[in-house]
Amino acid sequence: MTHILSVSVLNKPGVLTRVAGLFSRRNFNIESLNVGKTENPEISRMTIVVRGDQKVLEQVTKQLHKLINVLKITELDKNAIVERDLILIRVKCTRKQRSEIIQIADTFRAQIVDVAPDSLMIEATGTEDKLEALTELLRDFGIAEFVRTGRVALSRGQAIK
Amino acid sequence: MPKLNGGEIIVESLKQENVDVIFGYPGGAVINLYDALYNSGLKHYLGRHEQGVVHAADGYARSSGKVGVCIATSGPGGTNMVTGLANAFMDSVPLVAFTGQVSTSMLGKDSFQEADITGISLPITKHNFLVTDVEELAKTIKEAFFIAKTGRPGPVLIDLAKDVTQKEAEFNYPSKINLPGYRPSFEGHRLQVNKAAKAINEAKRPLLYVGGGAIISGAEKEIKELVERAKIPITTTLMALGIYPEDRELALEMLGMHGTQYANRATLETDLVIAIGARFDDRVTGKLDEFIAQADIIQIDIDPAEIGKNLDVEIPIVGDVKDVLQEILPFIEEKENGEWQDRIRELKEKYPLRYNDDDDSEVIKPQYLMEEIDKYTNGNSTIVTEVGQHQMWAAQYHKYKKPRQFISSGGLGTMGFGLPAAIGAQIGQPDEQIILIAGDGSIQMNIQELGTIQTYNVPVKIIIFNNKYLGMVRQWQEMFFEKRYSSTKIPAPDFVKMGEAYGIWSKRVEKKSELSGAIREAMELKGPAILDVHIPEEENVYPMVPAGAGLKDMIGG
Ligand SMILES: Cc1ncc(C[n+]2csc(CCOP(=O)(O)OP(=O)(O)O)c2C)c(N)n1
Ligand SMILES: [Mg+2]
Repeated sequence: MTHILSVSVLNKPGVLTRVAGLFSRRNFNIESLNVGKTENPEISRMTIVVRGDQKVLEQVTKQLHKLINVLKITELDKNAIVERDLILIRVKCTRKQRSEIIQIADTFRAQIVDVAPDSLMIEATGTEDKLEALTELLRDFGIAEFVRTGRVALSRGQAIK
Repeated sequence: MPKLNGGEIIVESLKQENVDVIFGYPGGAVINLYDALYNSGLKHYLGRHEQGVVHAADGYARSSGKVGVCIATSGPGGTNMVTGLANAFMDSVPLVAFTGQVSTSMLGKDSFQEADITGISLPITKHNFLVTDVEELAKTIKEAFFIAKTGRPGPVLIDLAKDVTQKEAEFNYPSKINLPGYRPSFEGHRLQVNKAAKAINEAKRPLLYVGGGAIISGAEKEIKELVERAKIPITTTLMALGIYPEDRELALEMLGMHGTQYANRATLETDLVIAIGARFDDRVTGKLDEFIAQADIIQIDIDPAEIGKNLDVEIPIVGDVKDVLQEILPFIEEKENGEWQDRIRELKEKYPLRYNDDDDSEVIKPQYLMEEIDKYTNGNSTIVTEVGQHQMWAAQYHKYKKPRQFISSGGLGTMGFGLPAAIGAQIGQPDEQIILIAGDGSIQMNIQELGTIQTYNVPVKIIIFNNKYLGMVRQWQEMFFEKRYSSTKIPAPDFVKMGEAYGIWSKRVEKKSELSGAIREAMELKGPAILDVHIPEEENVYPMVPAGAGLKDMIGG
């Protein structure tokens, strides 16, 4: 089972290493980890997707709390959040295939961000499922390379303090 | 306000923290700090190796209850400290370790004697800091001490870029701490406290299982009260020997792999375990799903992450052990627990610690040796140990009466801890007699610290349990590897000559009839002393629960 944790941390040097190191040292499975600035310049927010049962989640949370620069940890309720992932994919394509790929991109509300003689680059955002479906469809043309940001998420309605 | 340089700021900050003793070893990256220490009035003990320096600070902290302070230079100085930091981290010992670092402008360039010590020490410190701005220095030291000694204590490392120790700033020791992400809780939750008291009052066969957290918290009075009011037998981990006097009726002494039969058997019969500042370590529990499976558990610990880490507990209470016990005690009823007390008495009579000894033989059994030391000192000395069989005999065959009377590397099991830790312990408890129980193997790991003993005439008494083996490993090879003694026979120097080379009174003892006289001689001497006591090569520690077995599957004893 996966859990999404929203972790606010003080922007001190090494804070990412501390969090990432904790996961590997304690043998916790991390699916993705994302860090970004927040409305407060002194605080960053990490969105961490962990795999494990309730017991593992409890240990993860308690161990994270022991890190001096961790301020707050919230497990996000998957039904009450907006979550997004961003992908950039470079797809191989011949001139003939171009329009077909552009059509697929349109269906997913994705953008074409670069065009080369033998490839296209597509940018898409959305949930994990959506991005996986898109990747699957494009696989037939040959994916030259892709990169994903990993999930970020926020609760709906009220802000996380 | 006059400006001070970084080195002077550190000295003044240490004084603000009431530090009067420092253990350290100089080098280029900390030369400004050492300049400030010169004539500072702070007592600096020069070790012989940075590992020894940290262990000494650790022994000092364990014996005095204060924060241990140590210093090393950059690069190899810092990396030499690593084992000492990990050791202190595992046993929750409060330390503040300063390391030198290359100058800010040289950072990250593989400069001479540069090592990323904050990176290296990250998983083995409670927290660490790299200081690159002299304006941040005093504040960082304040935070480091606060973090080291509050909550669940631990080592904190401060890495000092060299220019920081040179540059000047106004010295302003902050009076307040601003660490929004660090808030240890001390008081137990009311509801949980009530539940715990009720469970204790209702239990028929309650058992206290007490760990090092109780010593750190200073909860001996509360524990004594609980034991005696509700007549609850008490067993302790290696880290808590002496929290309750071991010569009393309800004391079951140590449990676990080399625990007493009666303690381990009590865990099989109890209906309620009250775990206090203990973390269900595998050396205690044996096979985890068999450990006190029949009983409910109350667990009191200041570290929320310890609760439910290894075992699910029915009544968890997060808080400082002493505070929580003070909250619980008013609700605890006076009780006799007659049947259970009888059963405990019976277990103690039926399954005492025992070993074979021949009165007519001149062979000195290690257990006998330990009993003789206990007898001579009336059980009043502080015992520091190395790691191995001798450590277990020291735990088993000596009755500990008070907290901080037994100092040993528990969580990490660090050979080489004992000698430097004994030095630190003596400095931390100048009025106590410190006795180091050493193995012939372990003592060779930081033997250079005999030099520190010589320099400062530290009056520790060193008793080497010389079995000419890495005995604990040899025991496993005997029991589980058909006596294939692979690399466990270990040669040693002539310890008497070695001691004498360091100007320490030293004597070899090979006959039982000479033992008590030699102990007296060593103890009555004013300064340090070494007794190299030859014991049988193949004596084993019993009882023993093989690794991974349940406590009911104890062997021997
Ligand atoms: C630094 C370190 N290396 C290796 C070990 C593994 N080890 C545990 S006990 C032991 C033997 C200790 O020998 P000695 O000090 O002579 O004590 P004895 O068991 O013989 O009493 C060894 C090698 C350890 N605990 N620490
Ligand atoms: Mg030995």
